Amino acid sequence: MAIFRTRAVAPLEYTRKAWMQMWVGATLLFLYAPLIVLMIFSFNDSKRNVVWKGFTFKYYEKALGNDSLVEALTNSLTIAFFATLFSLVLGALAAVMLWRFRFPLKGVVEGSISLPIIVPEICLGVAYLIFFARIDWPTGMAWPLNLSAITIAHITFCFPFVAMVVRSRLASFNKEEEEAAKDLGATEWQTFRDILLPHMKPGLIAGALLAFTLSLDDFVITFFTSGPETITFPVKVYSMVRFSVTPEVNAASTVLIVLTVVLTAIALKMQGVKAIAEVH
Amino acid sequence: MAAPLQDWRTQKRPFAAIASMPIFWLVLFFVVPMAVVWLYSFGENAGPADIVISGTLENYKRATEWLYVSIFLKSLAVSALVTLICLIVGFPVAMAITFAPPNWRPWLLLGIMLPFWTNLLIRTYALMTLMGTNGYANKALGALWGGASWLKTLVGMQPLDAWTPAQLLYNNFAVVLGLVYVHLPFMVLPLYAALDRLDKSLIEASLDLGASQISTLNRIIMPLAGPGIAAGVMITLVPALGAYLTPDLMGGTDSQMIANVIERQFKRANDWPFGAALSFLLIYAMFIIVALQSLRRGQPKRGE
Repeated sequence: MAIFRTRAVAPLEYTRKAWMQMWVGATLLFLYAPLIVLMIFSFNDSKRNVVWKGFTFKYYEKALGNDSLVEALTNSLTIAFFATLFSLVLGALAAVMLWRFRFPLKGVVEGSISLPIIVPEICLGVAYLIFFARIDWPTGMAWPLNLSAITIAHITFCFPFVAMVVRSRLASFNKEEEEAAKDLGATEWQTFRDILLPHMKPGLIAGALLAFTLSLDDFVITFFTSGPETITFPVKVYSMVRFSVTPEVNAASTVLIVLTVVLTAIALKMQGVKAIAEVH
Repeated sequence: MAAPLQDWRTQKRPFAAIASMPIFWLVLFFVVPMAVVWLYSFGENAGPADIVISGTLENYKRATEWLYVSIFLKSLAVSALVTLICLIVGFPVAMAITFAPPNWRPWLLLGIMLPFWTNLLIRTYALMTLMGTNGYANKALGALWGGASWLKTLVGMQPLDAWTPAQLLYNNFAVVLGLVYVHLPFMVLPLYAALDRLDKSLIEASLDLGASQISTLNRIIMPLAGPGIAAGVMITLVPALGAYLTPDLMGGTDSQMIANVIERQFKRANDWPFGAALSFLLIYAMFIIVALQSLRRGQPKRGE
């Protein structure tokens, strides 16, 4: 690439062609303009939301004062936390299982693990609605426990993603390291903890980030599994958008967008831009 | 790299320790719920809250009524159109990222991925506020209209009628635009992954030997990036076909997609067995799409 930089525009330097730059610029504008406008207008001192009337934090105060909204956000973060934790363990185990062993019906197991990724969200949501109704899953338990149905649903669609990411990381593992450890007297568990786990770490971090965002983002599946006591942030925003659009939604959304950006920044600090980009 | 796999029989205890939890979870919380839905699709309502699994095919028969078939076909058409638009918009973007200077590339990728990580509902809502009758999209169109009107008076013609805000939301156009907005990153990322793996010297050779950019694109880049394009199409088509939120919030009464019909069976219409049948038909459709794609992927290999 460095050779080309001295010339005007080399044939492969598509990024330096004006139409290409405009195309990318227009795409990024299309992707970001709605979000930026939303964020700017969350500070707008007007209920009608279209004309700039002056700067205010009023709607942030309102959003933070809105108990049900704060509760919904707390619920969402709690669910995302537990879903990430469990899907990390399950996903890592599934990845190691598929990577390490030969066993009967492996194709079936492998296929079934990737199924929650392919099956449409609406079908999964419906399945949990029926399933939890059928087995009479207790509702109305004390706080974190009443979120268990939603959390179980989230774990089930998150852990296959973790398994996928971790497994692609495991592909680069040199099995001789493991053999060497065992030859030198390490037990099965010690080998796992000291050799395999450190190698899996970048995959685990990437998988955890993916699971956390997927869980925080999910609307459809939660919509079917949540009851009146267990509203999550997306479900709450949905009903606010559906029934009464208020600038509070802008403020709450801005908070969540900022949270996403902060999480991404943390991930960047830990992993570097390139590693994050390679997750997908 | 491909070390031999261990046979589970020689490693029974580690295998049990590793495999039992994920398999148990998958069976209990995925296979069983799906099986229950499948059974329900052969059931009928026996009372207000009682469903009997009688083995009836009535639900599937009802799904073949034109009303439902047309909604199914429409969902397919909408998701195919969305995928096509994403491909047309996304391909040059993926090309630009691939051939960008190395220190730019991760940031451009991040630029595409950040919206993908932002909450779907928030993104849909943001697009809606922009496209409302008082939103900026309408303001921009109004300004263009005013400009055109002014130009007409400049050349001595009658000015145009006053601008009436266009109804951009709550119609099929809004659904397609909303789905493109949401799914564009899904398309760009696999395309980039495929283009990045491509041997760039082949493109250089093609251009050096006198092929135009267009024929290089058609005869070198497209065939080599084929699997990536197929992956991008799949990753966009499958969720777009099952989309619920966008048609629900941005669509009008005539822009329902299959997921909205399914949802209605479980909420307002309260016909769970029929909803179960519809959702399994949707799952079968997904399987057919996935199977077609893997069939395509298998073909060139056999030819080699």
